[in-house]
Amino acid sequence: MAASTADSWSWFPALALGVSFLKCLMINSYHSTDFEVHRNWLAITHSLPVSKWYHESTSEWTLDYPPLFAWFEYGLSHVAQHFDKKMLVVQNLGYASPATVLFQRLSVIATDVVFIYAVRECCRSVREEKGSKDLLVRPYFILAALLLWNYGLLIVDHIHFQYNGFLCGILLLSVARHLQGRHLEGAFLFAVLLNLKHIYLYIAPAYGIFLLRSYCFTKDNTDGSVRWSSLSLVRLIALGSIVISVCALSFGPFIAMGQLPQVLSRLFPFKRGLCHAYWAPNIWALYNVVDKALSVLGLRLKLLANLPKASMTGGLVQEFQHSVLPSVSPSATLICTLVSILPAVLSIWRCPRGARGFLRCLVVCALCSFMFGWHVHEKAILMAILPLSVLAVESREDAGIFLMLATTGHYSLFPLLFTATEMPTKVLLILLFTLYSFTSLKKLFRGFLLNTLEVTYLLGLIAVEIICEVVYPLLPWKQTLPFVTLLAKSVYCSLGVSYSFIRLYLSILRPTDKPKEL
Amino acid sequence: MDTWSLLSICVLLGLTTRWAVSLNSYSGAGKPPMFGDYEAQRHWQEITYNLPVHEWYFNTTDNNLNYWGLDYPPLTAYHSLLCGHVASLINPDWVELHTSQGFESSAHKLFMRATVLIADLLMYVPAVVLYCFYLSEGSNRKKVCLVLCILLYPGLILIDYGHFQYNSISLGLALWGVLGLGLGWDMLGSLAFVLAVNYKQMELYHSLPFFCYLLGKCFKQGMGLCINGNFIAVTVLVTFTLCWLPFLTDPGQVLQVLHRLFPVGRGLFEDKVANTWCSLNVLIKIKTILSTDTQLYLSLAATLLAALPSSIKLLTKPTLWQFKLALVNSSLAFFLFSFQVHEKSILLPALPVCLLLGDLPLPAVWFLQASTFSMLPLFLKDGLFVPYAVTSSAFVFYSVYLLSALEHSSEEELQLKSLSLLPFLSQSPGQFYLSVAAMAGLSFMSVALAPPARLPDLFPLLVSVFSFLHFLGLLLYFNVVQIAEPPSPRRKNPKKTE
Repeated sequence: MAASTADSWSWFPALALGVSFLKCLMINSYHSTDFEVHRNWLAITHSLPVSKWYHESTSEWTLDYPPLFAWFEYGLSHVAQHFDKKMLVVQNLGYASPATVLFQRLSVIATDVVFIYAVRECCRSVREEKGSKDLLVRPYFILAALLLWNYGLLIVDHIHFQYNGFLCGILLLSVARHLQGRHLEGAFLFAVLLNLKHIYLYIAPAYGIFLLRSYCFTKDNTDGSVRWSSLSLVRLIALGSIVISVCALSFGPFIAMGQLPQVLSRLFPFKRGLCHAYWAPNIWALYNVVDKALSVLGLRLKLLANLPKASMTGGLVQEFQHSVLPSVSPSATLICTLVSILPAVLSIWRCPRGARGFLRCLVVCALCSFMFGWHVHEKAILMAILPLSVLAVESREDAGIFLMLATTGHYSLFPLLFTATEMPTKVLLILLFTLYSFTSLKKLFRGFLLNTLEVTYLLGLIAVEIICEVVYPLLPWKQTLPFVTLLAKSVYCSLGVSYSFIRLYLSILRPTDKPKEL
Repeated sequence: MDTWSLLSICVLLGLTTRWAVSLNSYSGAGKPPMFGDYEAQRHWQEITYNLPVHEWYFNTTDNNLNYWGLDYPPLTAYHSLLCGHVASLINPDWVELHTSQGFESSAHKLFMRATVLIADLLMYVPAVVLYCFYLSEGSNRKKVCLVLCILLYPGLILIDYGHFQYNSISLGLALWGVLGLGLGWDMLGSLAFVLAVNYKQMELYHSLPFFCYLLGKCFKQGMGLCINGNFIAVTVLVTFTLCWLPFLTDPGQVLQVLHRLFPVGRGLFEDKVANTWCSLNVLIKIKTILSTDTQLYLSLAATLLAALPSSIKLLTKPTLWQFKLALVNSSLAFFLFSFQVHEKSILLPALPVCLLLGDLPLPAVWFLQASTFSMLPLFLKDGLFVPYAVTSSAFVFYSVYLLSALEHSSEEELQLKSLSLLPFLSQSPGQFYLSVAAMAGLSFMSVALAPPARLPDLFPLLVSVFSFLHFLGLLLYFNVVQIAEPPSPRRKNPKKTE
């Protein structure tokens, strides 16, 4: 490499610039309906007064993110008008001129600067042992590469089109601040994040319990339990006021206009189905498959009379009922999620392990919401993979879990890019990321991180892909059962994700020797 | 990290960049009636698939030579035939005689782009990897960096995956030729090079160094013992015969093919190109002053004169280092002074300069960036400005960063120790930055500003003259390095003489 030593951080701009160049080259690739969603939001926030933002429904893609994101789109729209004014007309549904595409893509690339900054802060907080002087084997270098060049972010943000880099950047920055001991800033950043995208409510319990236990209670008893008398009211009030003021700034105007119920109904649309069009590889995918298998078995064994024809992966968002197992309602999933995060959250209350314990709990909460949530997108796996990267470069066991989760989770994103032109891109990029993550983490921890079974499972992903893309289209069933490939991929991936979930959960429940310092 | 994993990552990065560029437009997209090079390649698939061999190069009712007639040697035709067969398996409409003219669809574009990627993967990329690992010096890390930088060279990526051509095959074969000669396998190297010439006749720009190197080696072994030379001559003849076999039945065929390959009636240059004649034309209108024949003889004389010193030096001292430099000097001389040169021909000197990235990083990066810049008008016509800007910036940044190009820019390392002929080069890093900034500025102006009404070709002209001056200066520099050849300070092992 260049003559720069590992102490000078000149490699960081090289990594960041490289991935930004790659993102610029992807400008002309396929973009999904999310592109139109954001164009529509630019138009709504620019052309209409604030009072109409959450009432507007010319397009089917209504504003369903919290107000701060609407203000963010409003800010972007002022730059957008210099590229192409026509994109800001609400009636121009599906408008995608070259200038529009250029602007939207560049806006994602530009807002990624938040993510780049957050990665830098995370790298600075990473603990490392005295190892080799080789830059490529330093934990912070590996973390930077794993985060900046994360396959999921590249695919979802810069091809499919979303602003996850910007949002995950704020999340990672908040995590970095907590790792650095700057808790008020971390809390502020999380409050901002919640008001940008409310899906992060799922990890709010981790934040709440951690800050309450480890920040508001300043001292512990000698056995590690909470010392109730050490509650610092000042800190509690400071935290509370930060959160309340951010929410007030965001929702205030709408509360003043009496639009709060309307806003909330837009933010929480429970009319959609249990599973997204492409099943996210979570518990409900397995549940659906078991239900289908039982119903087929029941019919064969003549235990059941006729059953309603269920079409669960027709490609559109639909309601459906389960045939044999009990149907699942939104409240049921909410209860499942809450029940699943309870042990994790309780464990950092009873046995706080400092900021790293909090991070572990955060990842577990994100995974719980992925596993049990209502209408989960497979993109949500990124909420777990990215923070897990920080843990992966510090602990051998976490590195093993990370490799399983990241590889499986990234592969489950394949159906997002279904065009033939994008096939080489997604295959090359996943090979690049997987190869890098395996070899760098193996070198860092000096040894194999996965056992034979896990490696076999991961190699099975290649087999699944080949069968689904090459073998199945040649079979006669393709016309009658077109969803089988999606089903197969989803179910196979949910095995891997569930396995990683269980291992991560066990790692948080396992008692440590002593509580680490904040 | 292991070398092989780093290497795989670099190759994957190179391939990803290539495919990402191919997502953009191609030459002549949506521009009837003539379209562009993309349609030319598709048309050749149509012609070779549907017509018998003896009609490929002739003007017949089925084959209108004015509409992208075949003007590359037989290997290109055979390659088009192969692609045509695959195309007809996927969708016969793509190569249907007459009716498929101007056919454009996204599926077809995917197919065509895929053929370029496969050819690249089979021919060019392995040659680059083998070259960096077996014929270049330095640590394993440095070799991997070299692979990355060569694979990131924007000129080849933009022409092959943007504009649309198959230069990776001819350049890849030429590189295999260099590999063969460098490793001492002269016969295989000659075979590869003959195949390269039979794919694109422009590879003849590289023929003088190949010839002088092999002849020089022959002389060194002693005239009587030159059995190897005889074997090489036989290999060359046999390969030529095999490639031209279908055409050898009729001397008329051979003549017609040669007539298509070397269109001497077309004049000194067409369009703006960064060579001497076009730049001279700005001051003196040579095209109108001299007759076509005089132009031909003038360019022949100038080319040979320019290539002479380098060739003679190589004859007297046939080492790999000399060979690489001679490749650069000869092809650059041909580019600057030859007849009917197209701007894409800058890729021919660019390949050997890529091979010098490890030895003379700063001049090499400078040349390669100038070569990409010289093709800017072509990229603008094809709608490839964004990929051009991104790949050029990435290339300059990463070659400078990874190869520490600016650290090796002292006079000594630039091989100019004993010469004060070229003092301006001692200010190299600053001048390099200035030059790159000027290129960036001109690029931006070409796309953002409209030229004044009196001078509609102002920007292409500025681009080609600016590039020409760079090429001329670098031709002088590389010639000086080759001919003066002081011992290199960085090489620890004594150079092999064979």
